[in-house]
This record gives sequence, C-alpha cells and structure tokens, in this order.
Amino acid sequence: MTVRIGVVVFPGSNCDRDTMHALAQAGAEPVGLWHEQAALQGVAAVILPGGFAYGDYLRAGVIARFSPVMRAVTAFADEGGLVLGICNGFQVLAEAGLVPGALLRNRSLRFLGREVAVSAERLDTPFTHALSHAGPLRMPIAHGEGCYFADAATLDALESDGGVLFRYVDGAGAAAAEDDRDANPNGSLRAIAGVINARGNVAGLMPHPERAAEAVLGSEDGAGIVRSLVESAAKAVAERRVTVGMS
Amino acid sequence: MSTHRFAVNVTPKPGILDPQGRAVEGSLDHLGISGVSAVLVGRRVELTVDAADEAAARAVVERLAGELLANPLIEAFAIESIAGASSTTAAPPAPARPPETAGERHA
Amino acid sequence: MAERPVEPLHRRLGVTDEELDAIRDRLGGRDPNDLELAMFSVMWSEHCSYKSSKPLLATLPTAGAGVVAGPGENAGVISIGDGLAVAFKIESHNHPSAVEPYQGAATGVGGILRDIFTMGARPIAVLDALRFGDPDDARTRHLVDGVVRGVGGYGNCVGVPTVGGELVFDPTYAGNPLVNVMAIGLMEERLLTLAAAPGPGNLVVLFGSTTGRDGIGGASVLASATFSDDDPSKRPSVQVGDPFAEKLLIEASLELIERGLVEGLQDLGAGGITCATSETADRAGTGILIDLDAIPRREPDMEPFEVMISESQERMCAAVRPDRWDAVREVCERWGLPVAIIGRVTDDGDIVVVEGGVDAGGQPGPGAREMARMPAAALTSAAIVHARLAAPPQHRRAAPAPGAPIDPSDRLPERGMDPGAVLLGLLGSANLSSRRAIFEQYDSTVGADTVAGPGRGAAVLRIKNTTKALVASTDGNQSVGALDPYLGAALSVAEATRNVAITGARPLGVTNCLNYGDPTRPEAFWQLSEGVRGLGDACRALGLPVTGGNVSLYNESPDGSIAPTPEIGVVGLLEDIGRLVGPAFVTEGDTILLIGESTPGLAGSAYAGLAGTAVEDGPPALDLAREAALQKFLREAIERELVASAQDVSGGGLAVALAEGAMWSGLGARVRLAAATSPAVELFGESPSRVVMTARPRFAPALMLLALQHGLPVEELGVVGGDHLVMELTGAGATGASEERGSRIADALEVPVADLRHAWDNGLVRALGWEG
Repeated sequence: MTVRIGVVVFPGSNCDRDTMHALAQAGAEPVGLWHEQAALQGVAAVILPGGFAYGDYLRAGVIARFSPVMRAVTAFADEGGLVLGICNGFQVLAEAGLVPGALLRNRSLRFLGREVAVSAERLDTPFTHALSHAGPLRMPIAHGEGCYFADAATLDALESDGGVLFRYVDGAGAAAAEDDRDANPNGSLRAIAGVINARGNVAGLMPHPERAAEAVLGSEDGAGIVRSLVESAAKAVAERRVTVGMS
Repeated sequence: MSTHRFAVNVTPKPGILDPQGRAVEGSLDHLGISGVSAVLVGRRVELTVDAADEAAARAVVERLAGELLANPLIEAFAIESIAGASSTTAAPPAPARPPETAGERHA
Repeated sequence: MAERPVEPLHRRLGVTDEELDAIRDRLGGRDPNDLELAMFSVMWSEHCSYKSSKPLLATLPTAGAGVVAGPGENAGVISIGDGLAVAFKIESHNHPSAVEPYQGAATGVGGILRDIFTMGARPIAVLDALRFGDPDDARTRHLVDGVVRGVGGYGNCVGVPTVGGELVFDPTYAGNPLVNVMAIGLMEERLLTLAAAPGPGNLVVLFGSTTGRDGIGGASVLASATFSDDDPSKRPSVQVGDPFAEKLLIEASLELIERGLVEGLQDLGAGGITCATSETADRAGTGILIDLDAIPRREPDMEPFEVMISESQERMCAAVRPDRWDAVREVCERWGLPVAIIGRVTDDGDIVVVEGGVDAGGQPGPGAREMARMPAAALTSAAIVHARLAAPPQHRRAAPAPGAPIDPSDRLPERGMDPGAVLLGLLGSANLSSRRAIFEQYDSTVGADTVAGPGRGAAVLRIKNTTKALVASTDGNQSVGALDPYLGAALSVAEATRNVAITGARPLGVTNCLNYGDPTRPEAFWQLSEGVRGLGDACRALGLPVTGGNVSLYNESPDGSIAPTPEIGVVGLLEDIGRLVGPAFVTEGDTILLIGESTPGLAGSAYAGLAGTAVEDGPPALDLAREAALQKFLREAIERELVASAQDVSGGGLAVALAEGAMWSGLGARVRLAAATSPAVELFGESPSRVVMTARPRFAPALMLLALQHGLPVEELGVVGGDHLVMELTGAGATGASEERGSRIADALEVPVADLRHAWDNGLVRALGWEG
C-alpha cells in the first residue's frame, strides 16, 4: 500500500511539482493539497514546498499562513502528524509558529541561487533517519530571505535540546562561521539551515532536497531526506500512531 | 545647527500597479475580514538630519527621497516630520508635529 | 495673436502622412476617427507591424522536419518525439529597460514567457542576453543592477529557472542597452494551441490582471523613436509586472488548454487588446466585436483609446465556445484571476469597438454606439510595408573570402608580449570573466530539471521520464558585426549552434532577436539586410529552420546607432542524457586535440580589444560548409562515445578555451602548437569553426581519423595533467620574443591553474565595482 504524502499548493508555490516528483521517485503517492481546502485528504505526512506563496508579498509566508489549509496542517501537527517545510514552506511554518525563529533577508540583500553543503545534526528524526551519513550533503539554495534568526535564548535552547536539524558547513565539514560568505551565504545565525520542533514532528529547512535527489541533477544527497519522510510516514500509518489527515 | 527627524513614506504612484496591495486585499477573506479595500503597500524610511534649520533639513530629505528612496517613475513619497530625535542647540526642543496632509503625496 | 498651428494628431501619434493615406485606403477612403487612429498608430508601429523588416524576414528559411509552428505564431514549436514538443523564442525589451531597468527587464521576462505558455507549453527555462556600455560607467552599473534584479525578481518568483544567457560590455551600447530574453517550454504536441479566434458566435474572453494605463503609447512612441537625454515626453506610464499574477496565469492557461476549454489563445503584449483581437481575428479570417464596457479596469475614468491600447501585463485573450464559458470562468476564479467576456467572434472580418454595452446575442445594446470599425487585416497582415533604402557605408572593409590568400600583417606588440599576462588579462576582463555574481541572483534549479546551468557553456535540461535532454545557448557577435554585418550574423549563428553541438545535441532550430538602428537611415537598413542575409545563409548551410523571433529597431542614441547585434538562440535535442559531454577536462593523461584551423584576422576579437589591432587587419573568415561539417563530426564523435570533453574556441581564442577546460576541472594541460601565423593569432585569435577536444589516449586515433573523414583539419596538441596551463609555440610564426627574455622556447605561456581561476573569478566584480 503506497503511502500518501500531501504537498500543499498555495497560489505562487512553484516547487510543488518538483516535490511531488521526488516523492514519487521515493515510492510515495504525492497528493496536491489546494490552499482553499481545510482538509488533508487522508495523507500520512505533509510537505509545504518552496516557491513564492502569494508572491512573498508583505512578508514571505505571512499571507499563506492564514489560508484554510494551514488550519488543517496546524491541527495535524498538533496531533503529532509529520510536517516538513522546504524554503518558502519553512518560512510559512516559522510565520505560523510551528517551528521557532524567523527567516530574514539574506545578508547580501540579494537573492541567492547556488549550491551549499549542510550537515544533518541529528540522524534520529523522521526527516533524517534514512540518511546514510550526516554530511556534507550538497543541495541548492534559492532564496532571498533565508537568514535564520532567533533571539539568543531560543538559539541556546535549540542547540541544547536538539532543535537544530541542519547546519551549513564549510569545505572542511565544520560548522560555517556566520560571516563565511561561501559556506553560509545568507548569514544564518549559528549557521542554522534547518530546525525541528521540540516534539520532533515538524521540521523546516531552507535548502531544496527535492532538487538534489537524482544523480543526473548533480547530487543525490537530498534523496535521503525525502526517503526518511516517506518511510516515517508509512511507519506511522502502520502503527496507527497518527489519526491521518482528519481535520 | 539643529537636528531633525523625518519619515519618508514611499508608495506606488496612483495608476501604477501595486501587486502587494492586491495580494493583501485578496487574502482578507481568509482572515474573515470584510469592509477593507484600496490597500496600498509601500515602505517607510526614518532618518535624522543635521542642518541649519528645519527648512534646510527638509530640503535634504526631499532630495534624498526623490533621488534615492523613491523611484519617481513609479513611486510617490510623502515627508513627515516626526518627534524624537529632533533638537536644536540654540532653542528649546520643538513640539512634535502632526503628519503632513495628502497634498504632499505627489511631491 | 496668431495661434501656433498644432501638429496634426496623426503625426503626434507617430503616423506619417504616407501612412495616413494608406490607412484611408484600407478604410474605404474615409478618415479614421481619433480612436481608430490611436489603434492604427500602435499596430503600425515598427514594434508591432515589422513594417521595415517584413520583406527581409520573408527571405529566411523557415521549413524543417518537425516544425509544428513557425514565424507568425507566438513561438516556434518543434517536435522532439515521445509525443512531446519544445516551444522557444527570443524577444527584446530594450527601450523600456533603459527607462526603468528593473521593470523593463521584468516585463521582458513576463512577455516572452506568455508567448510560450499561450501555445500550450509549460515554460521550463529562461536565458537572458544582456548588453551594456562600459562597466566603469555609473549609468552602466545602475542599469546592470536594475536589469539583473528585474530578471531575477520576475523569473525566480514565477518559478522558471534562468539557466543561461550572455553579459556583454561594449561602448556601442552606452546610450542603448539591450535586454533580450529567450524562453523555452515543453508541451505535449497534441495540446498545441494557436492564436486564432475561430467560430463566429464564439465568446472573446479576457482573463488575468485588470487593465490600467500601463505603457500607453509605449509601442509606438517609445520603440519607434530614438533616445535623447532625459526627455520626459518619452516616458509614458511604465509597465509594471507582477510575477505572482503571471504564475497564476500560467497555471490557469495550461489548465484551460489541457481541458480543451479554449478554441484559441493569445497573450497580450505590445498593442494590448487591439493587437490581441486583431491578430487572432485575422488569423482565423473572422472579426471581433469588442464590448468596451465589459473590460475589467484597474483605474477609474479610462478613455476608450487607453483601454484599447493599454499594455497592462499578465493578460490573456481566448476564443471560447459559449457552452464552455462556465467552466472557463470557474478555472479563472479558482486561480484568483479576473475574467470577463469582452466580445464576440463575428464573420465580417472587422474589429468593432462598442461603447454602451453588448446584449446577450452579441449585438450592441440599446443606446450603445460603435466607436471604431476597421478590417482586422488592415491592422495586422495588411499593415503598411515600407521598402526602405539600403546603402552600405562609404568605407567598408570586406572579410577575406574563404581560401583567399591572407597577408598576416598584425603589427601587434609582439616583442615583449607576455602571453601569460595577456591570458590573465583576458580571463579577468569584463567580457570573459566569470558571471557568477550575476547568475547567482537567479534561481537556476527550480523545476528540478537543470543538468548544466549558467556559467559553463550551453544549458542542459533533462526531460523527466525520458532519456532526453534539451540543450540551449544564446550568442551574438557585435564586434565583427560592426565591421561586417553579414559576417557578424553568420558567425553568431555558427557560434550559437556550435555551443549546442559540442554537448552532443542536435540543434533543432534558431530563434533570433535582431537589434539594429534606425531603418529610415540607409546605412542602418543596409546593416539589417546584410544581417538577415547572413542569418539566412548560415541557417541554410546548417540545415536549420528559423522558427521565429523579434526585431528591435531604432536602437540609437545621440551618440549614434549600436553595432549590428543579431542575438541568436538555439535549442538542441540530446537523445540520451548519458552521452552528454561537457567543456571541463576529465582525466589526467587525456589527449588534447584541436579540430579546425586558425586563420589570420584579429579584428573584432577580445584580444584586439585588449591589445589593439592593425588598421588593415580584418576579422577571420567563416566557411559555412566547414562549420556544417564540424557540427556533423561532433555529433558522430560524441555518439560513438569517443569524446571526454569539448569546448568551442571563441572569445579569447585557443588559450582561453584551454584555460576554461583547466579551470573547470582543476586539471592543467601541456600543449605545443606549430605557429603558422603569429603568436597572437595562434593563442588568442577567434577564427571560427574550431573545437578543443579531449579524449582517452586510445580513442585519439579514431577521433582524428573521423575528423579527417569529415574533411576537417585536426592536430594533436598535447595532454591533460599537472597544475599549470602550458602552451608552447614553435615554428616560423614564432617571433622569438621569449628568447629575448631568456626562454629556450620560441614563445610560451605557463600559468598555474589556480592563477587562471583567480583572475577569472574576480574579473567581473572588479569591473563593476561590486564587493567581492
């Protein structure tokens, strides 16, 4: 039985098709979840994909977070459902308070489209357990507002409680300095590229694993993240740990 | 010499497409809000200017607004004197002034 | 007091007296009213009507196997097998970008994307070809910054990757920047949708953004006139683009097409509603009655002419069967797009504008009146065509004919020339250095199809669920074009197609953006006609169809006309992505071969730009038959899996081509050349139809034999390896300059790859004054 994974589609989402393709490659059945519908159609996990939901107007992710589908996603997350936000999706989760912190404009004040390397800080989460190694994982970033920010207390808590899920790393594989323009080009605090919530079921990251899931595209390092989510979702269904997709 | 604080409010010129305003208006439904229209989205720049007097300071801001802060082809700006950092060395601090009227919008 | 006579309306709208007569002819002898005149002025502008270039464009080869849609349609479409087809086109947005660089570039991207998805193709890539003046100049820097942010701002938001393009600095563009954007789309061939309005009785539906005063007069006033400094009358309301609206428009349009809900679809660009309705009616042999009141407006109190010629962005016009209207409306509303029935298809061949309402039967309502009526054809296919005068300049230098004996008389500073320093200077120059600072502002991987993105030659996009890939490149040679417009155009085609062919792909077709000066000047029109002649000859020699494109004329400023700039876009098909060959060296020990031969002539080269050139020197000759043979050889060699890497020799010559292979692999090379002419020509000359190839040593003999079988000269140059680029010149042409410096080799270049890399990485940011 193929596990069904939802991909939310806001007006302006532009990585939904890429994400669905990566899910299909990983053996799941992708299900498009239109923003107007406050129902998750029985999916076992949800991905908020990249793009420019509502044009990123006013503030990236801020208009999207009020759409009907987000009410359902929030309820799903509250019940322990698995939710992954990629790039714009991470911004929506942060605006919605489902993960801590905020994404500010890149330090360079310009959009950045290039490859980065990240390390998975934890391999014991539903989003990373299928990774064969912690890093460096090469994936593209493509964003204008990817600088991770949180106040010092939140950052300390993230570090001590295992809330940092991915971190930008330099050529030596060590955590990038905040002013390392090559390895941490958006200037994220503590070089944080992705975070996971305290409960461990909602995560967000700025790099695009769905664009690094096939060798022909230059890197397969992102496939492990997609596969982790698919396997975790299937496991959750099998164990009936989650009341899937009810709003 | 005196110090003056201003705000420059930059908005799309009348007749120019404002995609942000449209997107915000379109999303009001989701918040269950009605009766809101004509949303205009712009940006606000606040600055402190040292000059001989208020008129001179305002002239500096006018120039900055027209040449840098706003794109006169597609944007209009309005200059507001704001309370706070304004002070003069030769006289007691001036009281806070009210925002300018809409007549300045096409400056 | 005598009243100053007012210039007649037609002249104020840019319509000549001769054209006004022609308009009267088409109206059965009567005068046009003001609204009609405004509509004619826009439709008969150079930009919309191609009135100066049509006769020339008719000479281009347009037929070819697999061409499903050609010139005259919104984009060219070519079959690629598996039921799929590729749509592609290049277009300019030069004048608006000079006025407002961000919005000019952004709306340029938006416009070309609409030309793609209006055919039924999902846009999958954009390539931007940008040309500016001196990078040192403050105005250039302002333009570069705005244009790049505009291309990125629009393309990134709409979700189409920008995977390639060009950035060229040349003083010729100082008063007149060029922004040419190419877009590519992928579609199922069966969904091909043409821009026609068939079926009298059908509804004419407008959907997308509302209509405001954007770009009123933009087409006729801006683009058909030259620039003078800061003349505010040449700055009407600029067009502002909304990429978010365009994204919604893409999804809605493709859904309408996939569900068979439209009979025809046309995007709105220059000329707005007037253009879209007249073109679609003319193509179908029908007419359209337009209900002015029904057109959704953004601004209050808009006059009829403003509504009819507004260039508000992100709008589409469809012919819809009445029984499909509800479904069409539902799709548009679901995607958040305003939609309205704005007219009816009729059978009288006329465009009729009605104010005061149209009834359910499609007739003007009670109290409504006809504001304008003219045959659709009069606005479009029967628009005036001008026979312009062409006259070559007084002093011309012809290129040497292929095979003609040449006197290599380059009196360059050979003595004391340090080839290594020259190479570093070239790699660090504004035109040859890395463009990373530009293309990292673009999203080049959205769509998850990018196999090779910007920065290293042709762009490569895989096609999901097949083994195929599309390969694309844009190129334009203005420095040779300035000397010889025929040769410049032919060279541009040769280079663009060669850049595709070196990957192993088969070029499918050519799109062109012809950027030239004022066609009413005989010398400029001569340049255009020579350019079209060169474009046509090259395409015929290479067996490629021209599938469409764009002509941008009047690229002049008070400083004069720009150098002729034919920007060529090529799309190719690679049947098996596994066979893709790139330009970087692959393995230490691989043999390096040079296919093709260097011919003298440095004029127009990057080296000449750096080091100067003799007055009597000319550009190198192009042998089109040899170029065709080279491209055939490339495909065969790559298909037989004999090739490790391939890079064409172009800007900066052989030394730069080798340096690129080295920098992009981290592997050095050691080569030895027999200098038949002079060191400058051998190292930096840009004679065309040459490729640097590397191969496993055991494949070299077969490759060389294959080249000879194709009638191509081939030379074994050396070996990949080490961490330096070493080039030794021997023989009669060597000047012995190095001996004077104490070296035993006649002339040599030896530079660490790391140094090459450093110069190349930093050249552009330094030239533009951006922080590193």
